Amino acid sequence: MKLSRERVEHIAGLARLALSDEEIARYQAQLSAILEHFEHLQDLETDDIPPTATVLPLRSVTRADKTEPPMDRERALANAPEVENGCFKVPAVLE
Amino acid sequence: MGEERLEDLTIHEAGARLAAGDVTSVELTEAVLNRVTAVDDQVKAYLVLRPERALEQARAADAARAAGEGGDLLGIPLAIKDVLCTEEMPTTAGSRILEGFVPPYDATVVARLKAAGAVFPGKTNTDEFAMGSSTENSAYFTTRNPWNLSYVPGGSSGGSAAAVAAGECLAALGSDTGGSVRQPASLCGVVGLKPTYGRVSRYGLIAFASSLDQVGVLTKDVTDAAIMLGAIAGHDPRDGTSMDLPVPDYREALTGDVRGMRVGVPEEYLIEGLQPEVEGAVRAALEMLADLGAEIQPVSLPHTADSLPVYYLIAPAEASANLARYDGVRYGLHAEGDSLDNMYRNTRAKGFGPEVKRRIMLGTYALSAGYYDAYYLKAQKVRTLIWDDFDAAFDAVDVIVGPTSPTTAFRIGERVEDPLLMYLSDIFTLSMNLAGICGLSLPCGFDGQNLPIGMQVTGPAFGEGKVLRLAYAYEQATEWHKQRPEL
Repeated sequence: MKLSRERVEHIAGLARLALSDEEIARYQAQLSAILEHFEHLQDLETDDIPPTATVLPLRSVTRADKTEPPMDRERALANAPEVENGCFKVPAVLE
Repeated sequence: MGEERLEDLTIHEAGARLAAGDVTSVELTEAVLNRVTAVDDQVKAYLVLRPERALEQARAADAARAAGEGGDLLGIPLAIKDVLCTEEMPTTAGSRILEGFVPPYDATVVARLKAAGAVFPGKTNTDEFAMGSSTENSAYFTTRNPWNLSYVPGGSSGGSAAAVAAGECLAALGSDTGGSVRQPASLCGVVGLKPTYGRVSRYGLIAFASSLDQVGVLTKDVTDAAIMLGAIAGHDPRDGTSMDLPVPDYREALTGDVRGMRVGVPEEYLIEGLQPEVEGAVRAALEMLADLGAEIQPVSLPHTADSLPVYYLIAPAEASANLARYDGVRYGLHAEGDSLDNMYRNTRAKGFGPEVKRRIMLGTYALSAGYYDAYYLKAQKVRTLIWDDFDAAFDAVDVIVGPTSPTTAFRIGERVEDPLLMYLSDIFTLSMNLAGICGLSLPCGFDGQNLPIGMQVTGPAFGEGKVLRLAYAYEQATEWHKQRPEL
């Protein structure tokens, strides 16, 4: 399965990765080779097989609906590149 | 006998000496730190070192012991893989995108070891976000195999494996998503245990592939693996996937008796491409287990070869979702951009290395509209078949034994340009993560170049006791675990 350059650019867009021309060419070749190697999975008959998302018999674990002291704001913001008025700062999304 | 070196002691040996008052934690910690000073320029196991803080912890441990406290890990120097959050030390996951990040909390496993009085010299190197089999994907440097510095230590927990092998700690924490504890343990000649999914809390383990990730331990022998597992296992309300099951005393499994244990040998593991010396060492180990009274019988795991594509679709798919959090807003690297979207794109372009980008791309593709059914859903269905294989095998046998990795350590640089060849080094370890079961690698020989060979013992879900029992009996009948590299 050969991936087109457009497909690689589309995936990079979905993943929010800015890639150089050289990277696009490299991933186009490498991903094509990897996917080709994986093609034989399609030969397995799996129509009646349920998918496995998790191996555990756990479903929807909940805890008691009780508040606990939260992490304090300064600590939560300590690693942020930009902070303003006690909040994470991001570029404007709306005009 | 040469001069005794404290840093070469196991946890249980050092623990006995500490309890008897023959040695202090400060002496033990100084020995480890001196060893780090002497050899880590060559081995490069540690990303972060905190010698003063380690000595403070050692003094506190000695004081606690003088006040009557005890415990297997009180005053024992342990290394932590740098994918586990530590509030006192930077946590990078081997990535530029987390350079300088100091987490606001400790991972549960770190908190448990801290509460047990352990001493932490520092954090060990890893492939970026634990994606790799050699530490060559670390954004910082490549760790070297203490048995031969031109060879990789394996990965992704290569820093932890090398640190244990070189005496730069007594034992270490690692993480295992597809073999990242067992494969480096095999390549460095130490013991590596990946517990059952749900046995150990993942809270504070930087997420790679959430349905596969599990915290594991790297130790000098099987007894230490039992001790470390006992210290970190158990339910954690902060991890919804940690199981609320009692934690047995794993040392009780170390009986040395394997009479009547049924050991399965998968025919699919003796494949083309398996290094003859690895096959020979594993066959010799099976003969020894038979001599010890185990019943060896063939089993079939027909979907072994399929585990590679299944893993390399599911793990990157989960990773592409998990790594979406690195957005340059809340923590980590931040690059400028003329819009929010371009800020994300530039931050991630600058912060992630080539293998991480490759896996994000692969995972995003496998999840994208039009390809989801053919790749991701297909992989999840075949994952069910892989689980069924093990389920059937464990009806017939107690444990499964085979090689941990098809080859011994490879040369640094040898597989960097060929991702598929690199991925193959995990062919025998991936399927245990897909099935969620437990596995342990222990030394079973050396090849012609004096590089260690590892044997993998696999057990059913929550069958760590069986795995440890078999591994311990083999270990006690051999001398492999007593070998130390010359550095």
